[in-house]
Amino acid sequence: MSILGTRVVRTEDPRLLTAGGTYVDDLRVPELSDVARVTFVRSPVAHARITGMDTGAARQAPGVVAVLTIQDMDDLTPPPPPEPGSEVSEGAPLPLGGPWSEPLLAVDRVRYVGEPVAMVLTDDSYQGEDAAELVSVDYEPLPAVVGIGSALQTETLLFPDTELNVCVTSGEATDDAIFEGCDAVVERTIVNQRLAPMPMEGRAAAARFADGKLTYWVSTQNAQITRFILAGALGMDPGTIRVIAPDVGGGFGAKVGIDRDAILIAWAARRTGRALRWVETRSENLVGMTHGRAQEQTIKIGGTRDGRVLAYRLDVVQDTGAYPRMGGFLPFLTKLMAVGPYDIPNVQTASRVVVTNTTPISAYRGAGRPEATAAIERAIDLYAAEIGMDPAEVRRKNLIPPDKFPYTTPTGATYDTGDYATALDKVLAAAGYGELRAEQARRRERGDVVQLGIGLASYVEITAADAAAGETARLAVNGDGTATVYTGSSAHGQGHHTAWAMLVESELGIPMDKVTVIHGDTDLIPEGVGTYASRSLQLGGVAVHKAALDVKDQARRVAADMIEAAESDLELDTETGNWQVRGDPGTRRTWAEVATHAGADGLVAFVQYVGGAPTFPFGTHLAVAEVDTETGKARLIRHVTVDDAGTVVSPVLAEGQRHGGIAQGVAQALLEEMVYDADGNPLTGTLADYAAISAAELPSFELIPSETPTTINPLGVKGIGEAGTIGATPATQNAVIDAVSYLGVTHIDMPTTPARVWAAISAGADGRDNTENGEAQ
Amino acid sequence: MKVTVTVNGSQVEAEVADRTLLVHFLRDVANLTATNVGCDTTSCGACTVLLDGKSVKSCTVLAAQADGREVTTVEGLTDGSGEMHPVQRAFRAEHALQCGFCTPGMVMASVSLLDENPSPTEEEVRSALEGNLCRCTGYHNIVRAVLAAAPGASERRPS
Repeated sequence: MSILGTRVVRTEDPRLLTAGGTYVDDLRVPELSDVARVTFVRSPVAHARITGMDTGAARQAPGVVAVLTIQDMDDLTPPPPPEPGSEVSEGAPLPLGGPWSEPLLAVDRVRYVGEPVAMVLTDDSYQGEDAAELVSVDYEPLPAVVGIGSALQTETLLFPDTELNVCVTSGEATDDAIFEGCDAVVERTIVNQRLAPMPMEGRAAAARFADGKLTYWVSTQNAQITRFILAGALGMDPGTIRVIAPDVGGGFGAKVGIDRDAILIAWAARRTGRALRWVETRSENLVGMTHGRAQEQTIKIGGTRDGRVLAYRLDVVQDTGAYPRMGGFLPFLTKLMAVGPYDIPNVQTASRVVVTNTTPISAYRGAGRPEATAAIERAIDLYAAEIGMDPAEVRRKNLIPPDKFPYTTPTGATYDTGDYATALDKVLAAAGYGELRAEQARRRERGDVVQLGIGLASYVEITAADAAAGETARLAVNGDGTATVYTGSSAHGQGHHTAWAMLVESELGIPMDKVTVIHGDTDLIPEGVGTYASRSLQLGGVAVHKAALDVKDQARRVAADMIEAAESDLELDTETGNWQVRGDPGTRRTWAEVATHAGADGLVAFVQYVGGAPTFPFGTHLAVAEVDTETGKARLIRHVTVDDAGTVVSPVLAEGQRHGGIAQGVAQALLEEMVYDADGNPLTGTLADYAAISAAELPSFELIPSETPTTINPLGVKGIGEAGTIGATPATQNAVIDAVSYLGVTHIDMPTTPARVWAAISAGADGRDNTENGEAQ
Repeated sequence: MKVTVTVNGSQVEAEVADRTLLVHFLRDVANLTATNVGCDTTSCGACTVLLDGKSVKSCTVLAAQADGREVTTVEGLTDGSGEMHPVQRAFRAEHALQCGFCTPGMVMASVSLLDENPSPTEEEVRSALEGNLCRCTGYHNIVRAVLAAAPGASERRPS
């Protein structure tokens, strides 16, 4: 029996549980034996001109090795001048150059609280904190641009050589003709709030420059992309850079590649000749690491009174923070996935991206797709409320039927495989939907203080959107019968080492504990892409699978030579890992014997797998929430899901991905938000203020298995990493609103804090529209 | 100042700055790097260790306060033969860790919880671990692991 699909415990865990991982701060390698600490001096103001800087006192402080500012950055080639016409982009470059360029250290202006201004190098970290305090910077304040409304209306420009704070525009969504013939139309503006990705390990990097070569350890999702970025930023030949990703304590999209702070560590190591290490504090992380989401969406939906949706419009304004990094691209994914799993004939989308004096926005678990799902799933519920139909029924009426696949949406996405209505029905049955509605009715009738809400979200998402970039695997079977996998995918908690070993055991019969998986070292794996967008298994995993097939073919030829039999007469017994003439155990040859016979360059395969296309996982989430109508406190009490990502290689790992995503998704609906005041000061800049979700705020989750294989790749697999944040957020938000809908509430913006829920109930009770309650803080 | 701490059964003695935090003493002096620092506001629990058998957040304890006392970190949980502690075994069996960064603190907090309450309910586990954040697992399997490792698990009434 194949090991695939069975419940295997992880190979990673014994080390992590007994000795702990080796994260950047844990490295005790000889190259870092004289390592100095880097402490950043960061802007305490959101928008200002820098009129002076005095580093004299800091340089005299105990333990200080150097204090570096933009003045020291004379060894870098200045960026090329802006190309004509690059002021406003119609496309999706990331990041934008020209007048929108982001420097490494602040030059003469700061644009967000947390922007790096200077670097202090000290023998130890306590000295660094002291010395950084002594760097004196003169800031001449400028008006802060905070929030999307402000960015669109203000005369204050973040970038003086531009004409607006809008850096990308795409499409128009103003033609109301698509809503002609609709009996019911609902329109409203909703907020998809700014979140902190908050991996448990923040950003961290260490660097040593010696003999013309840079060795660079970094907490990243992509060692190879990191090397590419460093080579460009520092003007170095990639061949002189070795990037190593040691254990990485979570990424969630915010560690794709590296950002300016991490580039500076490499630059400073080259500039000073001293080995350096930087490990950010959490307070630094919450303002310095990119944030996610931060969209304002105007949704308009129309259809018939009997529940058929005919038209949908999504107009997105993306706040990309102070610099257009990946935030400039996110609305394109949001618009691509606008219609979700529904067969809607008329669709219109548009987007604008604005800069504001806040932390830059980039990918966060889902990166543009949770925003799309939140919009359409709110729209469906608003429409259901408008026509007085059960939201489950409206969904069922409009889901794309199974016989329409592959299905190309009006926005240009081609969904590969799916069975959306079955996912919905499975969840409704498992949750006991009818009984939940009956319980809700009883509580309403009794006038209970604690009311029940049931929220649904049916979704489809895109994984491996950049499938064409592919992924690499090199597989060697060694003379002792063990195997080594070098993967371009990059592990930071997902369990790649376990999953890749399962793929090898399945195909070659070499037991998992004899398979070593190596990732994240550009000297060993020069070519690779890394892990993001739920791409690993369907690209990197398929590459491993194909490498195993290749090695198997090679081994068959070698074994045939050893046994002196025809290749076609040989078989590999994957239960025992032996080659033999079919039905003749006397001819048995072990992998060790075959690999030894093959010689030093023997059984090795390199595969650069280019995926055929993205895949489209789907599912339904059902959340049950209790809302205390006197305090506004909402609590999730059940969460039931189908998340169908094709064939499941490891049920244990897939469930783990779903659990973690659900928790983060629920956190967005109920708790988490990065909040700024009007002057651009972060109000949630520590973990004492940012409401990261804990065990006490969550129930156990009810996961229902479902596997609809894709035809895009030979394993039949899609990505599962982001399903949770895509489905759980709108399901939970819809549940909270559903709990109080009988009081006249139609919408509450996220997070649905007690203050907001209470305000919505109060407005509803007064017969007022609660449109504005999202502004309540 | 001179500080002497018994860490995982071995005496560690060093001259340290007065302000040295216990977590940095463990990581930089005792060279035990499993215990991680995840925040600077005593909110996340990644640095949880046992001080004289009770869980503390070692980022909020001075090394000086641990002088003459006993500290246990996750490295000290395995017995002499390298056999894992029941909580460590349960974490593996239930897939209660992913990236591993919160894990040493989460395991130590769980050990302390089960020491105080050998047969907790799910709700009691969730409440007791409120001060330990995990960003990967959604806590689902952590809670299952702690319940599975509970010495009084068989006495627990089915929920």
